[in-house]
Amino acid sequence: MTTQTVLAAAGGVSGGEQVTFWILAPLALIGAIGMVLARNAVHSALWLVLTMLCLGVFYVLQAGPFIGMVQIIVYTGAIMMLFLFVLMLVGRDASDSLIETLRGQRVAAIVLALGFAGLVGTGLYRALDGVTAAGLDQPNAEGNVQGIARLLFTKYVFAFELTSALLITAAVGAMVLAHVERRKEDRMDQVATMKARFRPGNYPGPKPGPGVFATSSSVATPARLPDGRLTDRSIPEILPVRELTAEETTLKGTDK
Amino acid sequence: MTVLLAQDPTLADFGKDPWWLVLGKIVFAFAFGLLATLLGVWFERRVVGRMAVRPGPNQVGPFGLLQTLADGLKMAFKEDILPKSADKVVYFFAPVISVVCAVTALSVIPFGPMVSIFGHRTPLQVTDVSVAVLVLLACSSLAVYGIVLGGWASGSTYPLLGGLRSSAQMISYEVAMGLSIVAVFMTAGTMSTSGIVAAQANGTQLSIGGFEFPAPGWYAILLLPSFIIFFIATVGETNRAPFDLPEAESELVAGFMTEYSSLKFALFMLSEYVAMVTMSAVTTTLFLGGWRAPAPITTIWAGANSGWWPMLWFFGKVLILVFVFVWLRGTLPRLRYDQFMRFGWKVLLPINLVWILVLAGLRSIEDWQSRDRLLATAIGAGVLLLITLLWPSRKATPKPSVQEQVNSRPHGSFPLPPMDLQVPPSPRTKRVVAEREPANIAAGSDSREV
Repeated sequence: MTTQTVLAAAGGVSGGEQVTFWILAPLALIGAIGMVLARNAVHSALWLVLTMLCLGVFYVLQAGPFIGMVQIIVYTGAIMMLFLFVLMLVGRDASDSLIETLRGQRVAAIVLALGFAGLVGTGLYRALDGVTAAGLDQPNAEGNVQGIARLLFTKYVFAFELTSALLITAAVGAMVLAHVERRKEDRMDQVATMKARFRPGNYPGPKPGPGVFATSSSVATPARLPDGRLTDRSIPEILPVRELTAEETTLKGTDK
Repeated sequence: MTVLLAQDPTLADFGKDPWWLVLGKIVFAFAFGLLATLLGVWFERRVVGRMAVRPGPNQVGPFGLLQTLADGLKMAFKEDILPKSADKVVYFFAPVISVVCAVTALSVIPFGPMVSIFGHRTPLQVTDVSVAVLVLLACSSLAVYGIVLGGWASGSTYPLLGGLRSSAQMISYEVAMGLSIVAVFMTAGTMSTSGIVAAQANGTQLSIGGFEFPAPGWYAILLLPSFIIFFIATVGETNRAPFDLPEAESELVAGFMTEYSSLKFALFMLSEYVAMVTMSAVTTTLFLGGWRAPAPITTIWAGANSGWWPMLWFFGKVLILVFVFVWLRGTLPRLRYDQFMRFGWKVLLPINLVWILVLAGLRSIEDWQSRDRLLATAIGAGVLLLITLLWPSRKATPKPSVQEQVNSRPHGSFPLPPMDLQVPPSPRTKRVVAEREPANIAAGSDSREV
């Protein structure tokens, strides 16, 4: 344990700890505000990473080096990385629109957040008022990691195992929901595929592209079959076939 | 022996240095990272060249030693291109994050024992904390951000794919890496790097048949499965061949650094080589006895583990590991992405879990009485034997004969010729025998047909 953590465990606030706090606390706050205000989802995630890193350092300063490092490895390193993974797949230009879908939700959110913070703050203040700080001397006597391990595997072993069982259940559930396994009977072999292809009513050739042998190259123009009929299969289903009105076909006067 | 043990720094020895010594150590670690890159690139190119039976760079400086310096200078003067679609701030910070994380990890690596610098007795290590190995893990897990953000901020497809690959790869291999370290924690009983080096000093004395001889103390031998898995995961974690999928040049141009040029590209390259050296140093510390001299040297020369000499052993071990990195790159082809992921999750991870279980079992029966211990081992071995015997055999059903395959074809299949069809020999395959017209020589009694 470094001298700094020893000092923190003894209950005193050393100069180094104060300096670190006053440097990192504004950064953590800026990160939190930036996370809420950032338009781009990836930027928002990065602001959150900054806040989490600052919190990790705070834990280390307050004689909890193990929990601080785990905060950085697990939350910043793994969980936020998975967040980023998903956000990147969304696309980098996807920013949130600022149109309020629920009327007045922003004001309501601010009021509720302030109320919640006030409740928690006053609750904590009243609960901790008059309590003398015990310090971390006793729990950290044999070392921080050993102390946590002892508690985790004796007093809280049931809660710990229960939490891990819950997490594993969630992971297995997500996999079951996402996993698509085709049964062996459902898999069509080559013979079945060919029979289905040449069944009466199915056109065995490749689908004609839109605009092939048509009067226009628009995707909305259906292709013509060899016998002159139009084929609806050549245009996407979301595009309804429609006749242009005389108004639409006249020149718009932009060619001057 | 007590004299030698006094060389081992403990956690209490850290945090007492004057500021100039701390600064000196930090500068030393940083310079070590930079120099290692400078020489590492040269070393890699020379070794790969020798493996490919060509000389490698040999023009600039003696043995081409200054080639990397020349390349670095050239790179600094190249145009720094910022793609139009790039996210400017993130694009700038990505290589910086990479380098910072790679260099920071060097701060908890023990380079040597307690030495005296200008009258101060101090360990040859920037700092050590009770969770130093977790600091290393944190650095390597944050280094992913550099690559992923670089890929994302470039605003084009190949870098993005490289970044996504990298994030999936590093998260997967970090799990295998963390589990290998767990075995080290269990054996050493500490997470501080100097403590782990000290724990590898002496193996327990084994007595077999009346002879006392020391068991090896290195965890590379005691925890061989962990060592192998850790090193494989290390290669995956540093994006080196054969696991260099994020920058696979045959598929993704240059992966996450496709759009980078000039100094930013140089920073990415720097971070890659620093990470390689750092990871070699971590492997040395955790598994190869750190700065301690290899076994035969200490029996001949008692002072090999004191003073400044241990740095020599340390750098030697790191150099050997870096050589292995280069050797792998020179030898193995790149893995396909799904093979790589399957290897990580379905091979490395289960083996590691079973190994940790076995190790924990061995550790927990260590202080039992010898009869109980024997019984426990016998039960474990019996269970293992039963599992091996009753394991469902994966032998495939015998391959059906041609007749069975024909019979099992569905109705309406393509018609086949009868199985007993005798194919007459093709007239074209008739053997052509060179025939020559009989030599007709009119005169001479000895004329004969040839």
